[in-house]
Amino acid sequence: MFAAATLAILVTMGLALIRAFRGPTVYDRILAVNMFGTKTVLFIAVFGFLTGRPDFLDIALAYALINFISTVAVLKFFAYGDLDNTAATPDEGEDG
Amino acid sequence: MTMIVDVLSWVCLLAGGFLGISGGIGMLRFPDFFTRLHAAGVTDTLCAGLILLGLMMQAGWGLVAVKLFFIILFLSFTSPVAAHALARAALHGGLKPLLHKAEEDPSKP
Repeated sequence: MFAAATLAILVTMGLALIRAFRGPTVYDRILAVNMFGTKTVLFIAVFGFLTGRPDFLDIALAYALINFISTVAVLKFFAYGDLDNTAATPDEGEDG
Repeated sequence: MTMIVDVLSWVCLLAGGFLGISGGIGMLRFPDFFTRLHAAGVTDTLCAGLILLGLMMQAGWGLVAVKLFFIILFLSFTSPVAAHALARAALHGGLKPLLHKAEEDPSKP
């Protein structure tokens, strides 16, 4: 049963990779990579149970945090072209 | 009792896998960035929650269940925040949602 869940997660990771390669805008690619990272966390956890080594959960826990940080960092880099641009406000009062 | 927990965890794992695949298909086939964001963001949370809940039932009480619970907690915090930040950045970057294309066409000269 763990094998079925692993297979489903692998298929989803493949679909996300296709969108990441084909995405028309950069936001599509970031979204696909974020989804790929979330599915990687799930894959590591299920694979640990599949091979009888639940110690893999520590890696999954660290990966979940790193995935979120990397998504936000890449978004900020593409929005401002700089990671240290704290003075400029992002919105011009349109979407508050 | 063990049988009931096993069946429940299998149902959770299979439902999580089905949600993941449907989210991936939606990610591939939807026409627009914001609809793709909908497909990915909505299915990600429930898919991760169901699969990790199924694993938690298999693990039983202990340190492994606590680690799984923390993964669920972090994912349920970070996944909606990442989706919101993506939508906001896309709007700020000038990407318009696909709205009412059939109604707008006759009004244009």
